[in-house]
Amino acid sequence: MADRLAMSPTATLAVGVRAPTADIYAPQWRNFIFVAPFLFFFTTLLLFPLLWGMWLSFHKADTFSSGNFVGLGNYARLYHDKVFLQSIWNTFYFVLLTVPTLALIGLFLALCLNRRTRTAAVLRTLFFSSSVLSVTIVTLIWRIVFIPNVGLLSTIYGWFGATAPAFISDPSLAMVGIAIATIWWCIGLPMMLFLSALQQIPQDIYEAAALDNANRWQTLRSITLPSIKRTFILVIIIQIVLQFQLFGQAWLMTRGGPNNLTKPIVLYIYDTAFRRWDLGLGAAASEILFILILVAAMAQYLVTRSRGDQA
Amino acid sequence: MSAPATSIKGRAFGDHVLLALVILLSIVMIAPVLWVIGLSLKDNAELMADPNSVFHAPYTLKNYINTVGTSSVFIWVRNSIIVSGGLTLGTLILSSLAGYGFARLNFPGRDVLFVIVLFGLAVPEQAVLVARHQIFSMLKFHNTYQGLILPGLSAPFGVFLMTQYFKAIPKELDEAAMLDNASRLRIFWKVLLPLTLPAQATLGIFTFLGAWNDYFWPLISATRKDMFTLTVGMASTQTNFAQSEGIGFLMAQAVFAGAPILIVYLFFQKYIVTAVSGAAVR
Repeated sequence: MADRLAMSPTATLAVGVRAPTADIYAPQWRNFIFVAPFLFFFTTLLLFPLLWGMWLSFHKADTFSSGNFVGLGNYARLYHDKVFLQSIWNTFYFVLLTVPTLALIGLFLALCLNRRTRTAAVLRTLFFSSSVLSVTIVTLIWRIVFIPNVGLLSTIYGWFGATAPAFISDPSLAMVGIAIATIWWCIGLPMMLFLSALQQIPQDIYEAAALDNANRWQTLRSITLPSIKRTFILVIIIQIVLQFQLFGQAWLMTRGGPNNLTKPIVLYIYDTAFRRWDLGLGAAASEILFILILVAAMAQYLVTRSRGDQA
Repeated sequence: MSAPATSIKGRAFGDHVLLALVILLSIVMIAPVLWVIGLSLKDNAELMADPNSVFHAPYTLKNYINTVGTSSVFIWVRNSIIVSGGLTLGTLILSSLAGYGFARLNFPGRDVLFVIVLFGLAVPEQAVLVARHQIFSMLKFHNTYQGLILPGLSAPFGVFLMTQYFKAIPKELDEAAMLDNASRLRIFWKVLLPLTLPAQATLGIFTFLGAWNDYFWPLISATRKDMFTLTVGMASTQTNFAQSEGIGFLMAQAVFAGAPILIVYLFFQKYIVTAVSGAAVR
């Protein structure tokens, strides 16, 4: 009850009715009860595993024991592991293949479909629909497109008497195949983000431009694109964070092959920790991934925050 | 709308090019799905002899009958419903309570705690998976429903969303109730919670969809076939692609698994789009 008596400055200044309301905003321990259930799960299943993961990365550990302290040994092993270095390169290559394509196609679709017609609405629905499917179904669909003999691609090529490129087995094309399936799967989100940015541009700017007889290209270049520059950066960063975590498509379409050429970092972690049960090494690899993603997430935070300032 | 009649001809040509491109992209979106549906309606032997047989009769429902009759798809659907439903319900409860707590109430260390929760948004799942898997091994939680549901309850996104939402509700509402000497829990339950229904819908759909489509954690936690979720189960049948049951059967299974979620999407499109884009921007 002591804290009830301790009036905050606002309470002393306010008169009459205001006093009790100011009082309720004073810190009270019993209010903690509302956040306690969530904080319990947050602490035990997120914060604690995060710290334990860091600790594990300095140990040689398996499923049930935390093993011996090896210092930076796991990190040194990663540094000398050709497969891990390859997986970092693969991940960057995949990000490079998918992120700019997603941003550009997403922007293109948003510009074309930002109108109030029924056709545009149907097409928006269509282009977002693949996003609700699970990775399992998406990879099943695309394997049946790429597969020789009964595949859609080889059937189409067959009509012209040609042989379809082997998007899954050819070492130089396997990652491209995974990227195509991923772009097909993920195109909805960039399109929607661009659409909502386009709808926030004030219409009177366009009316003014029309009065000045600006043509469509001029309008696009000097009004539309500058207004959505920030969204463009945001889309790029969001997609980098998302595509950096490539796992399901690579695992289900190629198993990381041929020759580890489509093995991304997350698949390396999966292989190391959950198939070879080298938990320490797997933990060390996930710390590296964590740092890489944290950098991108920080960038995202800075971009969204500065947008808030401007609004 | 904005049509100065300067170059109608050039404009029409440009429109045609754009239209052609959009149509081309639409075909790329639809064709693979139609192909899958086509294959699912064909007899396997006929397909193997000539894939072009997709384009003509006879079609058969045999693959679907086999899917319903023999595969474990129903068990996996049941597991997915239990896991996604449980996680959604839990997330809504925890996030609403915590959102109200962070937005409206004060307690020692509140602001520091909230910053820590926000930091949690930047932690990717992969950074905690290994340790989480070890903890769950020790608790013998693998291959159980709680093993599949609990990790999702630690995700901070819902708390972040609900806190923002509660903050946007005018304070006068609960202050008035406070003056009537209503308890905090009563105010939360009777006054504020009903106002958050749109946010509950958004968060609920987002959580359900995420859990339904989650692949990594169920893959490492549910290793017994009868505990597979739909995503993991479907993936497990993919490994023996083109053998045993045949392509048509796999495709029928894919249609069977994908169609319900697409139908749900058509009905709740608006909420789903808001939820997914909102979660991305946060």
